[in-house]
Amino acid sequence: MAVHITLPTVLANLADGDRTLEARGVTLRDAIDDVAGRYPRLAPRLRDDEGQPYPFVTFYLNDHDIRFSGGFDAPLADGDEVTVVPAIAGG
Amino acid sequence: MTTSVPVGLSHEEVLRYSRHLILPEVGPQGQRRLKQARVVLIGAGGLGSPAALYLAAAGVGTIGLVDFDVVDSSNLQRQVIHGTASVGRSKLDSATARIRDLNPHVHVETFETRLTSANALEILEGFDVVADGTDNFPTRYLVNDACVLLRKPNAYGSIFRFEGQASVFHAQEGPCYRCLFPEPPPPGLVPSCAEGGVLGVLPAVIGSLQALEAIKCILGVGESLIGRLLLFDALRLQFRELSLQKDPACPVCGANPTVTELVDYEAFCGVGSEPVAVGPEVSAPELAHEIREGVDVVLLDVREPHEWGICNIDGAMLLPLGTLPETIGAFDDRANIVTYCHKGVRSLRALEILRSAGFGNVRSLRGGIDAWARAVDPSVPRY
Repeated sequence: MAVHITLPTVLANLADGDRTLEARGVTLRDAIDDVAGRYPRLAPRLRDDEGQPYPFVTFYLNDHDIRFSGGFDAPLADGDEVTVVPAIAGG
Repeated sequence: MTTSVPVGLSHEEVLRYSRHLILPEVGPQGQRRLKQARVVLIGAGGLGSPAALYLAAAGVGTIGLVDFDVVDSSNLQRQVIHGTASVGRSKLDSATARIRDLNPHVHVETFETRLTSANALEILEGFDVVADGTDNFPTRYLVNDACVLLRKPNAYGSIFRFEGQASVFHAQEGPCYRCLFPEPPPPGLVPSCAEGGVLGVLPAVIGSLQALEAIKCILGVGESLIGRLLLFDALRLQFRELSLQKDPACPVCGANPTVTELVDYEAFCGVGSEPVAVGPEVSAPELAHEIREGVDVVLLDVREPHEWGICNIDGAMLLPLGTLPETIGAFDDRANIVTYCHKGVRSLRALEILRSAGFGNVRSLRGGIDAWARAVDPSVPRY
């Protein structure tokens, strides 16, 4: 399945400045692996050492927080939109 | 004779709020609600500035301000409630004066203190709506938990560089901040606006959304941001909305909460417990003395290239921290090295990298180029 992963600018800097990445996979984990393989500096900002999501970086698959819909094992469909939302604290 | 003045509003107030009064969704009743309302802003900075101005202009009767900082020149690029004449003055004094000038009908209550677990419930308890515009994770989690415990709505806004987030967290009706982000990032992973920068107009967008949501909440009109997260991208000029879910396992607002009182948020956020980089440091005057005496010093600037473009120390070499592991091989590990950055934090990390690579004679410039500009060379601009 081909999906789009949208990054905030702060993470896009670790992906050669690309805000929207194309990725492939059957599950979200596959798509993250795909992107992590191409952008090694981005990889540790998307998942922890054990390949699990961080509690301070929320992934949305289309309009759903993946923590409530299968986590990184959530199945993907062609054209799905993945949005990465990191915690920020500026004021 | 009949009176046409709405009860509780003076003639001057009727004129002042006339554009509200002719809105059926506000009207005299809504305006009186605003006048009776109490909103507290946590932080009188980038977000708190526009939020306070619009809440005051709208006629919110009591505005609480919690801050303990003084106005600095570097605030003025975005903190529009403060002016040049207020540099060096307490932010609360400066903001209070501006609010009084804007709308003398508004009562301002100031709390010149850091919000802590010891005072948060007492301060927030007296208000109807909280607007969180702080600049650090411990206070964000503190405000969230206090709002959940007190059953108060929190008009949330957060910004970084070119992007912002806004929502209303109200655990009685939807999710809380911890449902979105159960835990904060480790210290140092996400730079602050002071380290990472922020476009000055960005907080105007997000802070005014916070004021808008607070006003809607008071008036009981429209659809609030409860259960929705608004993402704003200033560079693409895009708003995106994502739905927020209440986490049944949330430790503070879930079915079986484990956080039933305020905790130590510095510890929760790992502040102070992380292995702080330490190492030998040199003060700016000491370093200047060594250079004058002809001591052979290799000066490594570990900031980013755009910071180098703002200012640098004569004779230094730019080696951004992120590139250090790949570039240090070119140096003699017996060299007398001094690392420096903006304020002396990154240079300590650089020092650690160099020492673990076998460099035995490395020191970090205490206070960074900022200290150099203040103590040694005033021709170097501060930022």
